[in-house]
Amino acid sequence: MSGYCGKILRINLDTGEINKEDLDLELAKKFIGGRGLGTYFLSEQIDPAIEPLDRANKIIFATGPLTGSQAPTASRYMVVTKSPLSGTVASSNSGGFWGAELKHAGYDLIIVEGKSEKPCYIYINDNTVEIRDAENYWGKLVWETTDLLAAEAADPKARILTIGPAGEKMSLLACIMNDKYRAAGRSGVGAVMGSKNLKAIVVRGTGKTEPAKADQTKEILKGIRKEIQENDVTAKGLPTYGTAVLVNVINESGIYPTNNFQRSYFETADLTSGETLAEKYLVKNVACYRCPIACGRRSRLDGIETEGPEYETIWAYGANCGVDDLPAIIRANNWCNEYGLDTISTGATIACAMELYEKGIIKPDEINGPALKFGSAEAIVEWTRKMGAGEGFGAKLANGSYQLGQEYGAPELSMSVKKLEMPAYDPRGVQGHGLQYATSNRGGCHVRGYMIAPEILGIPEKLDRFSLDGKALWVKAFQDLTAVIDSLGLCLFTSFALTADDYKDMFNAIVGEDWTTEALLEAGDRIWNLERIFNLKAGVGPEEDKLPSRLLNDPIPDGPSKGHVHRLPDLLPKYYQERGWTEEGIPAEAKLAQLGIT
Amino acid sequence: MPVEVRLFATFREGRFKEKQMEFPQASSLADLLEHLQIAETEARILLVNGTAVSAEHKLAPHDVVSIFPPMAGG
Ligand code: SF4
Repeated sequence: MSGYCGKILRINLDTGEINKEDLDLELAKKFIGGRGLGTYFLSEQIDPAIEPLDRANKIIFATGPLTGSQAPTASRYMVVTKSPLSGTVASSNSGGFWGAELKHAGYDLIIVEGKSEKPCYIYINDNTVEIRDAENYWGKLVWETTDLLAAEAADPKARILTIGPAGEKMSLLACIMNDKYRAAGRSGVGAVMGSKNLKAIVVRGTGKTEPAKADQTKEILKGIRKEIQENDVTAKGLPTYGTAVLVNVINESGIYPTNNFQRSYFETADLTSGETLAEKYLVKNVACYRCPIACGRRSRLDGIETEGPEYETIWAYGANCGVDDLPAIIRANNWCNEYGLDTISTGATIACAMELYEKGIIKPDEINGPALKFGSAEAIVEWTRKMGAGEGFGAKLANGSYQLGQEYGAPELSMSVKKLEMPAYDPRGVQGHGLQYATSNRGGCHVRGYMIAPEILGIPEKLDRFSLDGKALWVKAFQDLTAVIDSLGLCLFTSFALTADDYKDMFNAIVGEDWTTEALLEAGDRIWNLERIFNLKAGVGPEEDKLPSRLLNDPIPDGPSKGHVHRLPDLLPKYYQERGWTEEGIPAEAKLAQLGIT
Repeated sequence: MPVEVRLFATFREGRFKEKQMEFPQASSLADLLEHLQIAETEARILLVNGTAVSAEHKLAPHDVVSIFPPMAGG
C-alpha cells in the first residue's frame, strides 16, 4: 500500500457509463495528488479553451495520498475544473469528512464528464456506484438536500456533497457544499456541477488506506501531532477563536478593506471579531476529519445552529460592506451555505454594487430591493438571498463583481484579480501578499501563498510588510509549498506549526518514497507551472497578472497604513525571474524541461 | 505620558479591551507588558500605531499600542 487507492472513478453523464480505472502511481507521485494530479488530468483531458459551462468541461474530485490517512487534518479534497468565473484552472479545496470517505470507498479521484439529461446524483458505496435520479432534490436548499439524501442512503455514515439552487442556476459564484457546512467555495465550481445537471455525490466507504512504511509512519505522525498540539497558534489561537481571530489584528494593521477597498480601517471591527463571536454566539468548536486543531465554529442564532462564519466571510459582509452587525453577517452566511454561494465573492460583489449605487451608477429604481448602501445590515442579508434564488436584480449580482462592473461601465470598481474577488487583506499594506494575489493561478485568492503569515503574523519569521526585499522569492516559496500541502490532502493551517521537512517525512513514510524536501518542493513548482500553462492555453496570460487600479494608484486614505500603494510593477519582474520564466512571464523551455512537463 | 492600550484574544481575560494608561517618559513596550503581567514571549504581535515593533521599542505620548498573542487564520 502507498497512501493511494490506485483507482480513478470515471463517470460519463452523457452515456451513463461508469468505469474504474487504474491510477498510474508513478504519474500520481509526480504530481503528488489532489490539486496537482487533478490539474494534470484536466490539462490532459480537456481543451483549456473550451467554454467552462459546456458539456465538454470535466469536473474532478481529487484526494491526495494523505487524505483519509492517520495524518492530522487528512480531510482534504480538491475540486478541479475550468472555472466559469475566471476562465482559469479552478482548484477549490474543502475539508469536513467527504474527502476522507471517498478515499475509504477506494477512489483517489472521481472524473465526471458530459451532461445528464435530467437532474441526477452519484451514489457511491464502496464498489457500488450508481447514477441516480435527483428530480426530487432539484431546487432544494443545501441543508434539506443533505438531510434527504442521508435518509435515502439509510446509512448515518454516508457523506453528502451537494450544490444548492445557485449552482443549479449556474451562478458564477456558486460553490459546492459538503457535510452541510463545509465549502469548496471559490471559482464558481458549483456552476459546473449545475451545468451537468449533477446535484450531489453521496459517498460511503468502509475501507482504509495503509501507509507504505507502517512503523515509520506511526513514529513520524506522533511527532507531527505533538508539534501541532504544542504550537501556540494551532493549539490555542485557532481552537479558541477560530479564523475570525484575525479581524482585529488585520484591522489594527490598517489593511482591513472597508467599503469595497475605499478605506482599510473599520472603526467598529471588534463588534464582528472572533472574540465577539466566541462571547455571544459560539456553541462549541468543531473539527474536520482527524483534525486536532478544531478551528470550526458551531454557532447559534435565532434558534438555528450553524457553522461559521469564518474570517473571510465576516470581512466580506462586514467591513467590506461597512456592516458591523454580526447577527446579520451570520444570517447572510447561512443563506450562502443554503443556496450554495461563495461567501467571499458574494459579499464582495454586494460591496461593489454598494459603491456603484452610492456613486449613482446603479439607480434605485432598477433594483427592487433594499437600498444598496454601505452599512446596511438588511441589504447584505436580503441581497444574498436574492442572489441565491436568482431573483430580479439578484440574478445579475450572482455572476460576480467583474461582470457587474463591466455592465455598468466601471470595471475598476470590481476588486478582483482574474475576475475572482480578492479576500480580506489590502495589498497596499502587505506587498508580498499583493504580489501573491496578482500572480495566483486562480485569481484573487489568499490561499495560494498566504504571505500574511510572515508579513503580519510573524510565521515562520517576521518580515517588513512594506518592504519589497526578497518578497518575490518568499511568494514563490509559499506558493510552491502550498501546492504541495493542497496536493497531499492536508489542511493549510498545519503550516502554522509544521515545516516543509515535516511534510516530506509524512509523504515519504505514507507513500513509500525517499524524497528530499527539495524534490517535494520541486513538485510544488511543477504543479504551479502546470496551472500556469493551463491558463496560457485558456487565454489567460501574463497581462492578467495585475491588481485593480485603485490599489496601484490611490494611496490608502487613512488608518495605520495611510499613504501606501501597492508596488506591483517593481515586484513582478523579480517574481518572473525567481520562477525561471521569461521577462514576459512565460514558463521558459529550460524550466519546463527541468520540471518534466510540457 | 498618556498611551492607549488595546488588548486582544486571550489577553483580554481578567484585564480589559481598551484603556488609556499613564507611563513615565521613555518607557518601553517591555515596561508596559511587565505592568500588565504579560510575558514577552506570549506577546507575539506588538503594534504601535499599526506598525510592528519589538518589546524594546520606546513609547511616545499618545501612542496606540495593540497587543496580540500568537494567532493565525485565513
Ligand atoms: S484546522 Fe480547521 S479547517 Fe483545517 S482541518 Fe482542522 S477544523 Fe478543518
